[in-house]
Amino acid sequence: MSEARSGSGPLAGQTWRKPPFIASPWLRYGLLIAVGVYFYWTFNTLPFNWERIAEGLPRAARIFGGAFPPSFERSDLMWTGFKESFQIAFLATLLGVFLSIPIALMAAKNLAPLPIYLLGRGIIILSRSFHPVIVAILFVAAVGFGPLAGILTLTLYSIGFVAKLLAEKVEEIDWGQMEAMRAAGAGFFKTLIYAVFPQILPRQIGLSMYQLDSNLRASAVVGIVGAGGIGSTLMNAFGRYDYDFAFAILILIVGVILVSEGISGWVRKKIW
Amino acid sequence: MVEQTAELSGRPWTRYSRKERWLRFTIYFFTLFAVVWAIRDIDIFWPWVWDAPTQIQNLGSRMWPPEFEAWSAILNAMLETVHIATLSTMLTIFIALPVSYIAAQNTTPNRLTLWIGRFILVSSRSVNTIIWALLFVAIFGPGVLAGILAVMFRSVGFIGKLMGEAIEEIDRRPVESMEATGASRMKVVLFGIVPQVMPAFFAIVILRWDINIRESTVLGLVGAGGIGVLLQGSIDTFAWQTVATILLAIIGLVLLGEALTSMLRKKVL
Amino acid sequence: MLEISNLVKRYGSDDPVLKGLDLVVEGNTVVSVVGASGAGKSTMLRCINRLVEPSSGSIQLNGRELVNLRGANLRHARRKIGMVFQGFNLIDRLTVMENVLAGRLGYVSFYQALTRKFPQTDIDRAFHLMDRVGIAHYADKRADELSGGERQRVGVIRALMQEPEILLADEPTASLDLKTSEQIMVLLQSLASELSLPVLINIHNVSQARTYTDRIVGLRNGQMIFDGTPGEFNQEALDAIYGGIEAPDETGGEEQPTAEARTT
Repeated sequence: MSEARSGSGPLAGQTWRKPPFIASPWLRYGLLIAVGVYFYWTFNTLPFNWERIAEGLPRAARIFGGAFPPSFERSDLMWTGFKESFQIAFLATLLGVFLSIPIALMAAKNLAPLPIYLLGRGIIILSRSFHPVIVAILFVAAVGFGPLAGILTLTLYSIGFVAKLLAEKVEEIDWGQMEAMRAAGAGFFKTLIYAVFPQILPRQIGLSMYQLDSNLRASAVVGIVGAGGIGSTLMNAFGRYDYDFAFAILILIVGVILVSEGISGWVRKKIW
Repeated sequence: MVEQTAELSGRPWTRYSRKERWLRFTIYFFTLFAVVWAIRDIDIFWPWVWDAPTQIQNLGSRMWPPEFEAWSAILNAMLETVHIATLSTMLTIFIALPVSYIAAQNTTPNRLTLWIGRFILVSSRSVNTIIWALLFVAIFGPGVLAGILAVMFRSVGFIGKLMGEAIEEIDRRPVESMEATGASRMKVVLFGIVPQVMPAFFAIVILRWDINIRESTVLGLVGAGGIGVLLQGSIDTFAWQTVATILLAIIGLVLLGEALTSMLRKKVL
Repeated sequence: MLEISNLVKRYGSDDPVLKGLDLVVEGNTVVSVVGASGAGKSTMLRCINRLVEPSSGSIQLNGRELVNLRGANLRHARRKIGMVFQGFNLIDRLTVMENVLAGRLGYVSFYQALTRKFPQTDIDRAFHLMDRVGIAHYADKRADELSGGERQRVGVIRALMQEPEILLADEPTASLDLKTSEQIMVLLQSLASELSLPVLINIHNVSQARTYTDRIVGLRNGQMIFDGTPGEFNQEALDAIYGGIEAPDETGGEEQPTAEARTT
């Protein structure tokens, strides 16, 4: 029997098309057309200064030429700047993590009464919505240039991240442990210490290390708007067209980030 | 039992063993030491620190009530910001996908390409978007192009790294079966790898788009287009009430972006 | 016709997994390969379509030497070798039809593969085969929505879509329950005679090997120690192959040899 071999039979000639990812043909082609139109429209309406852009490549050549080889001569400046960045990141992480604990407790639906819950959630949302650079500018406007603005900025930044995660953790705790402590007659704070903290704090160290790493990266950036640290050094170099120094600083920043990422990864593995 | 109790009484119990206590003490000590050093060494004018809450309050009151007069300029700038984020995310896909392919250990042709791929991704990720923006403003002048390029250069690392990890985690067996049919490398990728990483791809791109909207809001502060230009201008002219409006607009955009992306994520996955 | 001569496979400097195998498989026979785990069944099969690289030896399919092919020549040779896998190895997120058509990937262009515009003859054959094994109504279902037996059927017809000159099956029924695995064995047997195809099946269910195949080859420690008809495959042969290693899967056939009861 050659039944399996031939292509004849009741189903021969039946066509087949792959069922498309987006079922409705209108939506599918509509989407494709929309994307095409979008590209066309934006490229036409966005303000491109083509003359200035055309100058770009020779400029790039000049900049890269000036940047290479990187100049590590003013290493004392680099060292001061980096040290300041580290101090900012360190203090901000400590303060931020410390403050995150009460804020996380406030922002936990299962622990806090509604108005306090809203307040806690509000603080967290506010801390997260703004890019740290914007927050940095505002703090610089309020308290002046320098590392103070940086510390305040990154504290808020840390709270936005750490408190959110902690709050989620608190909302997921085993309620039975709370009940047991309450049943034994413990007050609110003692219950916290014995039932809540042991469940949420073990992760805290890993979280703090991650946030320290994050803050170290961010401190390089907030310095660009005047909040201290190696970012300010970078901005100064750029402003004075000292591209070889700027390149050196950049290499340092990238190097520090890589090292810090490595260390925090190692520490977290040890703790887990 | 009473005799046992008498024998057991007087036995000490501590929460931490001697060794653990030593370890904890050392850690606390070093942390405290670092804190004290940092506080003493840092270049802060301490009277300003105590003054800070007043200053912050001061600034807050100067921003109230928000001034809506420049609303059309703000709206335009917000639109520009969204365009920067969207265009760059879309364009990044074309670069990030091939890089992720060569940066994944199971698909890279040889060790050199693996190293190149990883190098590209690491450099992209380690340099912050704003620093890229600084560079591109210096090259191409202030404007939207610098912003788009900055976001692109940063996004390649993000999307490339996560896609590379997705590729490394695929089930090898469909790939093996496609090879067994005699398909060429590209067709093996098309049928064996692409269907497996599709869900991850959508999730990653949507996530990055959300992040890019946030990043694009600040590009203007170094001249790379978007709402940041207006923000910097208002700050420079001390138009604090306009600043407040711009900040509100930014919150609105971020919330909108989050709502949109979570809706998209539900539809796609 | 498949001719394997002196096939050796060695990993590093360890003991070779395959120690000089010789095997000839003519058209229109179903040959089963039995042996304990680690005997080298899977390795031998994968050497044929070069999913595993042989260390030395020769493998010829219809006169064409396979061992030293590379690039496009290797792919062309693979087209002619169909493989069915223990884990089915389907593309879970694609539809059954796409999985079946994937068997033609060695024959169509990249553009056709990308846009899924396969030639009508391929589509006809796909529908025909799906109908033959009873899954035509699943054509547009995602592959991971099918049961194990149905998925293996997809795997089988995917291999047949290649219009192969030989069909290899690596423990095709090991992940299936008894009844389903018998269905698959019946399917392989009838397809082999319908298409005049030589079929080589790795299997560790000895009684299914006896019932559904024409010839049994036994491997132990990388060497062939039995080659004969099911009738010749007696207790002695069983002990020679499995003795002292493990009791093979013995369910589902007429005889129930009791190797464990025998104390040697």
